[in-house]
Parts: sequence; structure tokens; C-alpha cells
Amino acid sequence: MVTVFTGKVEVGQNTRTTLAQSVADELRVPLSSIRMVMGDTALTPFDMGTFGSRSTPYMSPQLRRVASAARDLLLEQASAEWKTPADKLLANDGKITNPASGATLTYGQLAQRKTLAREIPDADPVTPPDQWTIAGKPVPKVDARAFVTGQHQYTPDLRPANLLHGKVLRPASFGATLVSADLAAAKAMPGVVVVRDENFVAVAAPTERSAEKAIAVIHADSITTPQTSSNQLYSYLKKNLETDGEHQQPHEKGSVVNGLTAATHRLEQTYNVAYIAHAPLEPRAALAEWKDEKLTVWTGTQRPFGVQEELSAALHIPKDRVRVIVPDTGSAYGGKHTGDAALEAARLARAANRPVKIVWTREEEFAWAYFRPAGVIEIKSGISSDGKLSAWEFHNYNSGASGIQTPYDVANQRIQFHPVNSPLRQGSYRGLAATANHFARESHMDELAHAAQIDPLEFRLRNLSDARLRAVFESAAKTFGWPRRKIQTSQGFGMGGGVEKNGYVATCAEIAVDQNSGDVRVVRIVTAFECGAIVNPDGLRNQVIGANIMGLGGALFEAIEFENGRILNPRFAQYRLPRFRDIPEIEAVLIDRKDIPPAGAGETPIVGLAPAIGNAIFDATGIRLRNLPLVPRGLKSLKTSA
Amino acid sequence: MANTPSGRDARGFEDQMAGPIHAQINGKSRAFASEPETSLLFALREGLGLTGTKYGCGEGQCGACTILLNGVPRRSCQLSVSDAAGKSIVTIEGFEHNGQLHPVQQAFLDQGAFQCAYCTSGMIVSSVALLQKNPNPSTTEIVQALQGNICRCGTHPRIVAAVEQAARAMHRSTPQGTGPKGSGQ
Repeated sequence: MVTVFTGKVEVGQNTRTTLAQSVADELRVPLSSIRMVMGDTALTPFDMGTFGSRSTPYMSPQLRRVASAARDLLLEQASAEWKTPADKLLANDGKITNPASGATLTYGQLAQRKTLAREIPDADPVTPPDQWTIAGKPVPKVDARAFVTGQHQYTPDLRPANLLHGKVLRPASFGATLVSADLAAAKAMPGVVVVRDENFVAVAAPTERSAEKAIAVIHADSITTPQTSSNQLYSYLKKNLETDGEHQQPHEKGSVVNGLTAATHRLEQTYNVAYIAHAPLEPRAALAEWKDEKLTVWTGTQRPFGVQEELSAALHIPKDRVRVIVPDTGSAYGGKHTGDAALEAARLARAANRPVKIVWTREEEFAWAYFRPAGVIEIKSGISSDGKLSAWEFHNYNSGASGIQTPYDVANQRIQFHPVNSPLRQGSYRGLAATANHFARESHMDELAHAAQIDPLEFRLRNLSDARLRAVFESAAKTFGWPRRKIQTSQGFGMGGGVEKNGYVATCAEIAVDQNSGDVRVVRIVTAFECGAIVNPDGLRNQVIGANIMGLGGALFEAIEFENGRILNPRFAQYRLPRFRDIPEIEAVLIDRKDIPPAGAGETPIVGLAPAIGNAIFDATGIRLRNLPLVPRGLKSLKTSA
Repeated sequence: MANTPSGRDARGFEDQMAGPIHAQINGKSRAFASEPETSLLFALREGLGLTGTKYGCGEGQCGACTILLNGVPRRSCQLSVSDAAGKSIVTIEGFEHNGQLHPVQQAFLDQGAFQCAYCTSGMIVSSVALLQKNPNPSTTEIVQALQGNICRCGTHPRIVAAVEQAARAMHRSTPQGTGPKGSGQ
């Protein structure tokens, strides 16, 4: 049995499996002999966190180097034992063999009663992708059986003896200051522990129901401040630029003014992107337990070491007295970077001197987590008579700088991200701002192609010298059958793509508009994706298709509505997510480049979808939609309100 | 951990007088440790340790808490313990028998029909319910039956494929069927 320790966490992206594949591959042992210990601050080495599509490109080679060094150590042991040079021996299937003598020792025999340790050499060659035997293959999710039998324990499933259930009194609105709270009635309830620490008021009780009742009897007064609403969001973002803090410098090349003057077609457009929620099906949750002044917290987070820091700072205890353990978690999508629930549970557990579990309600999850940033994007562009881009000016307000650079060849560019004092708490999200930036850029490219009367694929290729990006556009188009001829007037085809975090993506979409209802239905999606050498084709396919399905929500109908410091649609009944009926036929075309080290794949496949759908809607109807979500209430309301 | 009384002391006096509510759960008669008004989801998870049934929304919108109540798929977050009195309940834990997975579980495994898998229990229970009623569902009927179950990771096509595989497998199996014990119609 081989135990591997890594600070990475499993949140459904299947990294437990792909990392295990890499170790098994490098160490030359069967996959089933690998046990991954992940995301435990007491057991695993420090890790920044599981985000930014970094596990495969950074952690995987690190673990390979460790495994390779371990294999060398074992070879040396056998070499000493048999007095045979190590380069005459073979490591395979958990054994060292001497082909000349036929002698065999298992890794277990070689390591028995010994501590073999070594610093990893600086340049330890690891197995190149074209020689992988376990990596590069479709293998099922590790521990999959525990998930279909309900045996896997997510954080909310943990039930230590003497457990209390925690509940937090949420403020009347964002930023509200608590003035007074009458806790007497709650404290009088049997078995209820009440904690007040400035703005933080919470209870712990033997059942969830009694905790809810205790919160309900607390009378609190607070001072609230008037705040903006989603109706005014985009003008608010333009008016509330961050003035303090460091300003992002524009990326500049050539002269946009000259490029625009030389252009035969000029275009200036604005694109808006709403706040959306991660809505992980497992809400934020934590179990905290104190023992001998030491705190252990189980919580679903992407940053166990970050949460350890947060707890240490907030509770004024040294870090070595805080242990954070991350059970494999019911998804995150960039939404679980912080330790809110962990801190709440820890405070209650300390006061109650018993373990306390907090599971956020869906409403809390919507209101008190953080959102994918909303944004306003302005583009000014020009093309010359040969259909080549001559100028490109791109400004993103608030949503972020990820994927902001254009992959197209254009001599004159000015590209800038403008940070804004966001009216809502915002943070990471699958793909970050790359979705917003690709939506704006790829919609704009489509507009330019139509203005120049050039086929959208041809227009892109004419302005694109990046061979890897060309390849995904061409393969998506080929599988999709681009250019398609309409057989119905309500049909439309569109494409979008780009490169981010070393992943290359192109998506083609077919949509249909219901002439009576105005509903837009996505009929078919083809996404071509290339992220270097593929570690697990089955897991990758699941991620690429999953990203597209998740992306359908943000593209078509997801939007957070808010007013005066409150979320107006904090329920699944009010915030529409993609469901079975929304799912089109989806095909993932995976390009395996054994000659290129693997990049992460959890995020980038999401970025081509929204512009592909928007461009397809234009193709079907002649209506150009420049806001995400595109059709929260269908096209009809849009037509009548326009 | 501190040595303190268990959660049961929060129960109301009348409830204790009336005695606990019983139900047939995964084929065994069991007594609920919770008050009659307690949500059935909480009572199953925290009271009886059947944590395979998940909380996802508390408003019957996501399907993660789906159980079979007298053979019918129900959202346990929308029910109370008293709703289950004397009835038969099957949770995700009730489908595996003697190490043998239910064909729907096996199909989810074979198809890799999950990512984070938090929705999986609810998906499997809803799928079992569908196949009990309709052993040969069309794709449209599967989509219809699972419309109330949310998978945020976007594994829908594989879930549909898993239900289709399970339908074929159950068709091939013996006429007395492979349905779980106690899920009776």
C-alpha cells in the first residue's frame, strides 16, 4: 500500500483519481495500491489551495518527482541487496526485478522496517506522457462505490457523539451593524447555548429545529445603510471605480487611434455580465471540535491551509493548535475559498464545549457566500478591407482580468481591467472573468464577421496565428458540420472560443427559438478542448461536458437579483439552474497532445459556450444580445420590452 | 469530547408520553428518536444516521433528499416524522443487499454518472422509483422523472445513460425483479 499526502482537495473535479494515476504511473505500482491523503493541515504538506486549474500542471509533476525519487531509492535498496548495479534492474508492478537472475523483491519487502528518505533532486526526469501506462487512460473515480451507496461522508454527514447543531443570526442586510440583541428567551430554552461577539450572534442546540427556534426568538435591532440594486448595477459599476489600491496598468501595443483611423469597419459595443451564484449542492458546512485548547474543523473548502490561517487569526490561537480536514466535498466551483462556516462552528463549539456542526441553509448559501463578479465590458474595434483586425480596445469594469488578452493578431491594442468597489461580496468562480471576457470578445468578433460579411470561422482563422487555438476551432467546426445550412427559420448556429490557463477551447452551438413562446432552446453543443497530454480521458470528458452544462445557466438565465443589501432570489425556486430538460446533445472533442505537459481542465471548457449561444441566437433571429444572462425570460419579453 | 447528555433530552414531554413513532426503514422496523414535527430528512440523517440522504435546499426543489415512502419518491425535507408513521421508507442505504448493488447503483458506477456525487443518492432513488413504475422509459420519460433533481456538476447525459443501462439490466434479470426489500408498491 502506498500512501500519498497532498494538500489538494477533491471537490468533484476528480483530482483524487488523476493525482493517484500520476503517482501509480511514476512509481510503477497498480492504481489500486495508492491511497491519497488530501487536504488535512496536520498530515499533508502546505498547499495554497485547489483553484486556478493548478493541480494537474503543478501538483501532478511534483508528485511524479516524489514518486520517481522513491522508485530510485527502492532500486538502490535492491541493488545493494543483490550487489547488482541499479541500472540493470527493473521497477514494475510494485516490484524490483533482476532480469538476469530472475530475482524479485516487492516494494513492501524492500521498505520493511526501514525509513527510506531523500530530498528530491532538482532535476529528476519523470516519465514523459508517451510512455505513461496508468496515466493517460480512462479509469473510474477512486472510491466511486461509496458514492452510489450513500456511504461517503461529506462534512454535513459527520455526527460525533454529543453533537450540537449551530445556527447564526444573519444581519438584516449586507453591512448592517447590530445595535442590540435580546438573548434572554433563547438562553432560557433547554440545552441551548447562545454566543454574542459584537456582530456575531449564534446558537447551538441539540437539534436543528431547536436551534432554529432559538434564533427565531432573538429580537435584534441593527443599523442598515441604503444600497444599490441589481436594476442599477451596470451604471453603478461604471461610477464606482476603485480609486485607492494599485491600478491595473493597461496592456498597450501600437496605436489604437491609428488602427481605428485606418479601419474600413469600426464597431463600438458594451457587454454586461450579471452576478451569479456557485450554488454548490453541498452548502457551506463545518464541524468544529475543541479538545485540550486545540481546535479541529472538518469543512468543505478549497483552501484548508487558508482556513487554518483564518481560524487562527480570528480566534487568537496559534496555527499549530488548529487542524482543518477536508472530506471530499459536494462541489465548490471556486465558491469555497473562505472559512465562514468553519469560524462560526468553531466559535459555537468553544462556547458550548461540545462539537458543533453548522450546515448553511440554501438561502444562507445564496445570500452570505460570495458571487462571481458582475461586469461591464466596452470594446472598440476596427477591421481593414481584407477582414483583418486593425484596432482592439477592451475595458473590463469589475469582472476581472482573467482571459482579458485577445488571442487574435492585432497590431494596435489597448486592454485594461478596472477594479470597482463591488456592491456585493464577490470572489472566485470556475473560469473567473474568462467567461465574461470571452463572451464580450467572441460576441464582438461575431459582430465584426457579420459586418464584414465573412463567415465567423473564416474571420477568426484569418486573424489567428496561434496553431493550438486554430486546431480547436477547426476540430469543433468539423465535428459540428460548420458551416451549417438552416432548415428552419428558427434555427441558429454560433461559435466561440479562446485560450486560458493553457487550455484551448472552441464551442459550436445550435439553438432553436420557439416562435410562439420566444423560448430559446439549445439543441446541440460541440466543444473541442486541448490541454496538452490527457491524464484521464474519462474524467476530462466529464469535466468538459459538465462545464458546458454549468455554463448553460450563466449563459441563458442565471442572475442574482438584489436590492438594498438583500438578495431577492435566494432559492432554487427563484434562481433557475440548468435541469434535465435544458440539456442539449453535447459532444466533447478531446485533443490529446502527448508532446505538451498537461494543463488543468476544470475551468476553461466553460468559456466558449455563452458567446456561441449568443451568436447562434443572432444567427436565428437577427437579435444581438449583449448581456449575460442572454434570455432570463425568453426572447419574447425582450422583443416587447425593447 | 465533553461528557454531556445526548440530544434526546430536547424532546417534548408529551412526545415522550406518546412514545416514539415507528416506521419500516430499509426493511427493518425502527423507532424515530425525534419529535413528530421534526423534518423527516433531519430525523433520518441525524437521528438514525442514514446520512446518504442529503440536504440540498429544504424546499423540495433539488431532489437530493429523495426517499421512497411506501414506494413513492418523496422529498424528505418536505415531510415530518409524523408523515412517516407506520409507513415503509427506503433510503439510498437500502438498495445494496449482501454486497450486491441495485442495478441502478451499478449503472451509475459503470457510467461514471457523477462528479462531486452529492446529488447521486437522490438521483438513484428517483431513478429506482421511475423504473419500478415504468420498466422501459423513453429518454423523454427519464428526463421528465429527473427534472426535479439538480446536478450542479452537469453530469446529466451520463445519468440518463445510467438509467437506460439499468432498465436494460433489470429487464434481463429474473421476473421477480431486483427491487429493494421494503420498497413495495
